[in-house]
Formats: sequence, C-alpha cells, structure tokens
Amino acid sequence: MLYREAGQFKTTYEADQAMFPIAQDRIGVLVILAIALVIPLAASDFVIASIMIPFLIFALATIGLNILTGYAGQLSLGTGAFMGVGAYACYKLTTIFPDVNIVILVLISGLFSAGIGIVFGLPSLRIKGLYLAVTTLAAQFFLEWCFIRIPWLYNYNNSGAIEVPERTGFGGFVLAGPASPPITRYYVVLGIVIVMTLLVKNIIRGRIGRTWMMIRDMDIAAELIGVRPLAAKLSAFAVSSYICGVAGAMLVFFWLGAAEPSAFAITLSFQILFMAILGGLGSLIGCFFGAAFIWVLPVLLRTGLPSIGIEIGAETVEHVSRMIVGALIIFFLIVEPHGLARLWQILKEKLRVWPFPYA
Amino acid sequence: MLKKCALGVAAIAFAGSLAAEAVAEDSMFIPLLSYRTGPFAGSGIPVANGMYDYLAMLNERDGGVGGVKIVVEECETGYDTQKGVECYEGTKGKSPLVYNPYSTGITLQLIPKASVDKIPVLSMAYGLSAAAEGGVFPWVFNPPDTYWDGASGVIKHIGDMEGGLENLNGKKIGYIFLDAGYGREPIPLLEELATEYGFELLKYPVPGKEMQNQSSQWLNVRRDRPDYMVMWGWGAMNPTAIKEAIKIRYPMDKFIGIWWSGGDDDARAGGEGAKGYKAMNFHGVGAEYPALQDIQKLVVDAGKGHTEDGKIGEALYNRGVYNSVLMAEAIRTAQEMTGKTVIDASDMRMGLENLEITAERWKEIGLEGFAPPIKLSCGDHSGHHMMYVSQWDGEKWVPASDWFEPMTDKVQPLLQAAAAEYAEKNAPWPERTEPCAGDS
Repeated sequence: MLYREAGQFKTTYEADQAMFPIAQDRIGVLVILAIALVIPLAASDFVIASIMIPFLIFALATIGLNILTGYAGQLSLGTGAFMGVGAYACYKLTTIFPDVNIVILVLISGLFSAGIGIVFGLPSLRIKGLYLAVTTLAAQFFLEWCFIRIPWLYNYNNSGAIEVPERTGFGGFVLAGPASPPITRYYVVLGIVIVMTLLVKNIIRGRIGRTWMMIRDMDIAAELIGVRPLAAKLSAFAVSSYICGVAGAMLVFFWLGAAEPSAFAITLSFQILFMAILGGLGSLIGCFFGAAFIWVLPVLLRTGLPSIGIEIGAETVEHVSRMIVGALIIFFLIVEPHGLARLWQILKEKLRVWPFPYA
Repeated sequence: MLKKCALGVAAIAFAGSLAAEAVAEDSMFIPLLSYRTGPFAGSGIPVANGMYDYLAMLNERDGGVGGVKIVVEECETGYDTQKGVECYEGTKGKSPLVYNPYSTGITLQLIPKASVDKIPVLSMAYGLSAAAEGGVFPWVFNPPDTYWDGASGVIKHIGDMEGGLENLNGKKIGYIFLDAGYGREPIPLLEELATEYGFELLKYPVPGKEMQNQSSQWLNVRRDRPDYMVMWGWGAMNPTAIKEAIKIRYPMDKFIGIWWSGGDDDARAGGEGAKGYKAMNFHGVGAEYPALQDIQKLVVDAGKGHTEDGKIGEALYNRGVYNSVLMAEAIRTAQEMTGKTVIDASDMRMGLENLEITAERWKEIGLEGFAPPIKLSCGDHSGHHMMYVSQWDGEKWVPASDWFEPMTDKVQPLLQAAAAEYAEKNAPWPERTEPCAGDS
C-alpha cells in the first residue's frame, strides 16, 4: 500500500529509463543519503572510524568483485591482491608526487590495478569456472609475493609495511595520515563510494553491462549475436580491478593508516567474496547488505555483548561472535540462496500488495 | 528502497554511543590488546595472563596504584593488525593511560597515531627499534631493550662461545624469522654486524601462514650447515622450529632465540631433544618472588583471572608481569611528579619517560633480583639494559650466562639514523613539543 507504484505514469522516455523509476525508491535513496551525511554529527569517532569507513570501503570492493563474478560470471579469488595493487600504487605515487591531492592519486592508482587485472584476466578467454578461480588464485599468491619480496614497492622500509604520510587537500583539510580526523576521511570515502556506485549502476544498465550479463548467461549465444568475448571479459576484469584497486587504496589511506602485505592476503579475498555471495551476486544493493553483514555485525557483537551487561572475557566474545555470524550465514543462505538482496526484493514485492497477500 | 538499511545505520549509531561510555573518575583505565585466539595464542595467553594478574593483584592488595584502582579491559586482537586498530579506536574514547599492542604490526600502526591522540604506546622490548629515540618519538617507549639490542646480545653471546668476536670471521650464522614486521626488524643490525665481524648471514624467512610447516626452511638449513642459528619467532612458529631443528639434529646449544622465542611451552614441545636450546631474557623466571606469591594467593587461588595453576613463573608469564610492573611504576612516578592521584595519558607519558626502578625499588615491590635496575630518560626511551642468555634444561629455563650489556656503541648510531630516516619518510613528522622533565 505504501509502496505502490500505481498512478505513477511515465510520460517521457527519460522518466521511463531513470535510475530509480519509482517515486518511493527516490525518496528512500534521498533519506539514506541524508542519513549518511548527518551520521558523523551524531556518532562517536569509533562508529565512524571502525564501522562506517570500513563498511563503505568493503562495500565498494564488493561492488568491484560483483561486477566480475556477479555480472560477468568470472569467478575470482584475487580480489585482495588487486586491492593491494591499488594500495601499493597509491603509496608509490604519493611518495613520488607528494604535492598532488591524495584523492586524485587514489583514483589514479585504480588504473594500475586495472592493468594488472587485465593481464590476469587473459586466461579467462580460454578457461571458465573453477579453473579460472585457480588462475586468479595464482594472481593472489604471485602479487602477495611481490608485496613482500620487492622492497621498492614499500620504499625499502625495514618493517616491510607501507605507512601513510600526512596529506592535505581541498583547502587545508588533512585527508590522510594519523592527524586526519575520522569525519574528513568519512566524507572523502563516502563521496568516492557514491560517485563510483552511480557510475557502476549506469555502466551495468547500459550496453557494456548487458554484454557482461550475456557472457555470464551463455557465452556462445552471446558470441553468436555479436558480443566480442575478448572485449567483454577483459573490460569486466578492468572495471572490476579498477574499483577494487580504489577500494584497496582507500583501505590503507583512509582507514588503516599503514599496512603490511598480510593485510591483502587470501583471507581478504574470501571476505570480499563472502560479502558478494551473501549480499547477492549480480546486485548492487546486495554489496552494501553483504558488507554490513560481514563487517558491521561482528563489530556490533563484539562491542554490543559487553555493553549490555554480559560479563564475559574478550576471547569468549570473539568466539561467540564468530559462532553467531557463522550460524547466521548458514541460516540466510538456506532461507535464500540468492542472498540478502533477493530477500529485500521479495520484501518489496510483498510491500507492493500489502495488506493483501496477493495482487 | 533501502529503508531497512537506514534502520540498521540508526542501530549502529545507537550501539556506538553505548560503547563510548566513560570510565568512573576515581579509577584509571588500561586496555590490554591481548590474543587468546588464533595461531599466536600459544605465546599470547601467558603474556596476557601475566599482565592482567599483576594489575589485578595490585588492585586486591594495595587498592590499585597510589590508592586508585586500575580498570583493566582486554580486547581480543588475534594478532590481527586490523582488529588491533579496531580495539584501539574502540577504547581510546575511554581515556586510556597507555597501550600495549603486543604485536609489531599493530605497534607500527599506533606509532603515528600516538603523537596525535596523545596516548603513549609501551611496546616492551618489541616494535620499532628506532622508537627508542625519545626526541623523535616522544610518545613511544620500548624498554628495557630494543630488538637491535637483542640481536647484538645474541651475536655477543656467539662471540663468547667462539672465544671472541674476532673469531666470527668466516662463520655462517643462520637467521630464521617470521616474515612480518617483527622478524624483519633486526635485519639491518645483523647485516651491519655481519660486515663488521666478517660472518655470513643466511636468512630463512617463514611466512606467517606457513608457520607450522617449516620443513623447506630447515631443509635449507641442513644444506647450508650454518654454525649458529638465530630465531625471531612467535606463536606457533617457535615450537615448530624447535621440533624441526631436533629433526635435522641441529646442535641445540647453537640455536638461540630472541626473548619472544623463549616460552616454556615452546621448548617443552620439543621434548627431550629440546634440551640445550637457548633464548635471550631480561628478567627472572620462577614463582619464588614475593609479588608472584601474592598473585598466586590473591588472584589465582581466589579464582580470578584466567591463569591455570602451575603456570605462574613461566618465562612468558613473568614477561607479562614485568610489563605490568613497568606500567604500575610509571603510574607511581607520574603520581609523584604531578601530585595528582588520578593521572591522565600525558602524565603517564611523563611517568614513563622518568621511569626509574632501582634495585631497592625492585625489592620493595617484592621482585628482588627479578631484573636489573631500569632507567629511562627524555632522549632514550629504551635504555639498552642488561640481558642474559637462558637455556632449557628439559623442564625449565636456567641462566646460561651472566647479565651482560648489549653492544650499545653499535646500536645507538643505527637507532639515531633509523629514527631520522623514519621522520623523513613520514614527513611531515611532528616535531617534539613535549618538554623534558626539569625544563617545564
């Protein structure tokens, strides 16, 4: 009843092809954007620095993986390494060009990741499915090896870690480095994530996105009706790696502040893959759901359990939150194998005919 | 669309405000970033127990330090850098006095934050060696020795065994290390000493996820036949390395670990064959000290804390106690200097910087002969204190050498150069603005 589109007539093609054709969706998105903009005024530094910033960054990385796996159907286990390429590229760029605005460098560093992604995407032209997953796994191990063994990448630091120097921009704001306030970093991350999400949304709705989905659904048929697999697959790898690279650079520069190679290990790849699967493959909103579920829920459990008066040891909290999250993952995948995004879609269908059980 | 998400965000904001509740005024808050889970738990548990129990004992016996109770809260990091930073962000709003990261990776993350948030970092005998330079790192402390002191001590001991450092010429010394910030930290010093004394340094890195599978590294050791092996290991890496060394019949008295590779459980895992294995140490072992007896009586027997019976007095447990002694004494120093009973983080920084534990003071706190006197200063946040080599006799650690000094003359110039280099690489690094004691 509330969520009913009856009576919303489209009189132009623009209105019909709009990103959010239903008025309620537009209102909902605006409300969420408004909340995202005012949340720093109400929330503590911990909420911004340890929940919101990583949540947005992981959501963006999940979008990157979702393009490749959810939309173009190419299974990848190399997400963590592609994020690492972005982070190390950004670190090298900012130490070589210290005066350039860090946001521009973050966006440029994605290009390096895209280049590497294309190289490791080449095998996808011949192999599919699990076999492709193995070659991306090779990319993961190879790149991780590079992060450890090529000292030039971390400027010959004894510790082998990259450390974020202080960077200012946009009229004196401290954007990165230890002195940067979480609010500033939050708005930078939010801005980048919003712009990237809108871009991706439009790419997916357009010709390029449709070729990806055709390749995913049946590559031979797609080829027969004129989709070039080379261009489609490699562009999916490039766009996906670009976004992952930007997310990786943000991970280090706007969240962690320093990173060892182990930050980009295979566990990160799996984490992002779980976010994509749990949120829903082939759905943008699902990326945000998945990131929230895998990242925010454990943090809430860890801080929430002790603060509601349950006195248990720190390590028990860790065990309990792992068990709860694990059980919830199984529960949600049994209830809805297509992820949280599909649940949300079903809910919308129900809302559309509410209070009647059917339309 | 997305209304559900909005609700979720609101819930997050609410939960966050709950987490940021303040600690009562008449207490002091010390967060412990501990790890009782994961592959490093084997080393992390005794250290965490020792730290927790000593502070709990002070609360029970003396009502805290200077009559002010210490509120201790553990935060589980699992030795994971991201979780460590999360713990830091989650607790820094509760006005903590000091952080003990217990991971070189987390320490490296916290060093730049420390000077911004004005909270000292006490990385006791780990972390960034160059942080000993108080002029560059006013908020970071790594007493009683840096890793470079430790590495120089190991080489000195090897020199003693060979009958003089000049006899090291032409020898081969293997270095097996955890391939992370921790294990890589001493390499510059070892390389410097290798060129100076003419020994060959062979490096055997052990990747973090391969800790429990070191057969390839030890195969190389068997091929290269180094005269001595030096180990920088932690967690599950230590018992694995000791077992592998026994398997290739490496002479155990020529296998020397840093103090973090000297846990009782590490050596015990090797069984009979581990007899003779050596590790550096900078404090006593055993539970005969009066303060440790108090812990047994007031904490362990009273059913508080996590410590199992019989674990008090083990090397890593005592190390945790040592760490807490440093904190408690720094609080006491700060209380004396400021005249306040409830101190804050910047008072704590002053307390750490002017920390002095004389032999008499060690006796007063019930730890006579536990460790040599400690003194820090404005410029020197580590102090190059004395250390000794301990040896596993099959059941416990026994001293295998007298207390001796590290090669301060070799380490100090390198520390200064490294600190300057760090500041330059992380430019603009903040200048020290905190006055030294006496200047203010």
